[in-house]
Amino acid sequence: MVEAKIPGSWITEIHEIMLSRVADSIYWMNRYLERAENYARFLDVNFNLSLELPPNISEEWKPLVLTTGDWKMYDTLYDKIDKEYVIYFLAFDQNNPNSIYNSIIKARENARAIRPEITKEVWEQINYIYYLVKEGHSKKQWQRSDPRNFFTEIKKGCQLLHGIFDATISRTDGWHFGKIGQLIERADKTSRVLDVKYHMLLPTPEAVGSPFDLLQWTALLKSVSAYDMYRKTNGKLTPIGISEFLILDKVFPRSMLRCLMHAENSLYKITGGSVGYSNIAEKKIGILKSQLEYGDINEIFHSGLHEYLDDFQVKLNEVSKAIFDTFFSIENVKK
Amino acid sequence: MAKIDFTTYDTNGFYDEMVEMDGKVRPHYALFRERLQKMDWKKLNFLQYSTDRAQLSLGMTFNVYGDNQGIERILHLDIIPRIISKQDWEYLEKGLRQRIEALNIFINDIYNDQKIIRDKIIPEELIFSSSTFRGQCIGLNPPQNIWCHISGTDIIRGDDGSFYVLEDNLRCPSGVSYMLENREILKRTFPEIFENLHVRPVYNYSHHLRDMMESLAPVSPASIAVLTPGIYNSAYFEHAYLAQQMGAELVEGRDLVIKDDFVFMITTNGLQRVDVIYRRVDDDFIDPNVFRGDSMLGVPGLFEVYKKGNVVLANAPGTGVADDKAVYAYIPRIIKYYLGEEMILPNVQTYICAEKNDLDFVLDHMHELVIKQTDASGGYGMLIGPKSTKKEQEDFKEKIKNNPRNYIAQPTINLSRVPTLTENSIEGRHVDLRPYVLYGKEINIIPGALTRVALKKDSLVVNSSQGGGSKDTWVLDN
Repeated sequence: MVEAKIPGSWITEIHEIMLSRVADSIYWMNRYLERAENYARFLDVNFNLSLELPPNISEEWKPLVLTTGDWKMYDTLYDKIDKEYVIYFLAFDQNNPNSIYNSIIKARENARAIRPEITKEVWEQINYIYYLVKEGHSKKQWQRSDPRNFFTEIKKGCQLLHGIFDATISRTDGWHFGKIGQLIERADKTSRVLDVKYHMLLPTPEAVGSPFDLLQWTALLKSVSAYDMYRKTNGKLTPIGISEFLILDKVFPRSMLRCLMHAENSLYKITGGSVGYSNIAEKKIGILKSQLEYGDINEIFHSGLHEYLDDFQVKLNEVSKAIFDTFFSIENVKK
Repeated sequence: MAKIDFTTYDTNGFYDEMVEMDGKVRPHYALFRERLQKMDWKKLNFLQYSTDRAQLSLGMTFNVYGDNQGIERILHLDIIPRIISKQDWEYLEKGLRQRIEALNIFINDIYNDQKIIRDKIIPEELIFSSSTFRGQCIGLNPPQNIWCHISGTDIIRGDDGSFYVLEDNLRCPSGVSYMLENREILKRTFPEIFENLHVRPVYNYSHHLRDMMESLAPVSPASIAVLTPGIYNSAYFEHAYLAQQMGAELVEGRDLVIKDDFVFMITTNGLQRVDVIYRRVDDDFIDPNVFRGDSMLGVPGLFEVYKKGNVVLANAPGTGVADDKAVYAYIPRIIKYYLGEEMILPNVQTYICAEKNDLDFVLDHMHELVIKQTDASGGYGMLIGPKSTKKEQEDFKEKIKNNPRNYIAQPTINLSRVPTLTENSIEGRHVDLRPYVLYGKEINIIPGALTRVALKKDSLVVNSSQGGGSKDTWVLDN
């Protein structure tokens, strides 16, 4: 074990020896779980939304696929968009590498590869979710008139897993790599959910601010579990307020800024740093976080929210790649 | 709901571990059966159901070979335990101790002085033609001259009630995780029975395993790793489980590199040295520079480091020569030669096809013998005479004639049976027994074993890949 003092702190962090392959697997296990949970929530919320639509408005399932960034794949696989198809595609489709089904399979695959690094409790919970999604698949949940129970179970299963992970795993490098995976995925999903409004059509330009518009914004907040906290902080639902909350809020745990703050912190815990950067991963994440930290929602709206979010997603991918190059790439560590 | 009832239980003439021929319960099973009879079917079925669930949630699954991408199965755990009396266990322990000690000296001799060959106890060509003999190991001196650190010997009980050794597994025997996890599950299934029967604990196996590894290490404290072929290996669950229980690092070949004559793990903190490797990768695959060149599972240069004494491998490479099924026939002579003792735990009578007289006998009696390939395991490459067709027998005859050295034959032995839960009844099913022996500073035999059970009615094949399940094995202390 290598001990490193954190400057200005009396806590001594213990850096466990951790295989690069293992760090990579913990990172991805957490990303996939976060992804599955987010997908389950998107689907649940959109299902709810579809029940409350005014009579002249048709259900919208395409924006959901657009949110995930997998529209192209969907379009090649299917020639029809409806509730059943989209639920199947996002939740159960084995051809969709990001479906809940595949995310959970891959999360468990990663967990198996690092079985000695996680606790029995975490492992048992992963198996629970694994059999849950397999059962959902064999029961053809997407054909049910109301599959929301299934989504709730997945959501709760993933949340419980994150809770067990936090409550039973020592705060060694492994835990921090897991956190970084989870937070990067979460930031990505929040940015994508916000972007969905760009794809949701309003019947007429005058409909901005209408009850239907608000219904959509409310659904959007609920998609990232932000409705209650937003109400508490801001009260009134406005596009600019909601966007600011999801991008720049410093205390809401799913805002893009907050995710990056914590991810950066975990990165520092691993490297022993506290300011600036000592490797490309710290540099990339630091710059992206600062960009949000000093961001101004009016400027963002002025230059275009959709473009801003697009740019964010590209940069977040670069962060992820930099983490891989710095810590997981076997070729690099050998040097 | 009907209570569990043994009045119609039939031994069908086989040796039954629970009852004698006349249906009288054997003393060491009395308490268990009495408790079981107080239970109703609903409860028993529920206990079995909970056991299946527990195995799934523990992820106690294995991949079947040739079925790479995904179908995971659980090894069915039948909740009725196999109970071994104190007396039987003491005998088994003595026999195993003697056997492992002799086999270890044998391996050391084969790779060094070869006295046993010079003294003409065992034919030279039998050793050098063994596919598990490793010429690369000649001249090797592992720490304390211990080669087979971990072994799992397959033992059966015949109709006559005697135990026989069926196979010595001296390479990478698997199944010990099932011994440990089955116990954890059964403790939850029958808590009150455990309280009243004195079942000897097995939980300290992983402590002993770790202590044994540390005792071999060139330095202290030692850094220990378990080397696995990866998650698609059928025994991956066990590799991960043992690494975790021992607090060792679970590594794949790609996690290791050789530098300056030492072995290192590639970590997020740079390279870290490894001193002892419990390798669950076969000899052929551990080092492509020395063994199979196409292996992707091993570490190039590992064997060289091992020879220099800078890393310990458990088991040592080359131990397979002693569990070759043709060498098996010589074990009574091997024990006598090295220890000057008669063999305590007998072998099953074995015909060596490499020897002319035996070969003729085997070819004439295909229909009543079990014929085995000398270097195969896991129930593969064998023919069970009485259960085979004429066509299968003819095909096998050809194989034997083409390569007699590669085959042995044994009489069909009716394995003993243990009551086993079936759909709606309790019936006898055939079992074997695999205790685990650790050999470091001393020989240590954990009082427990993996009992494998042939779940199919009348089947004698207990292998997990072919319809076998498992039972918890209780060794009693009084």
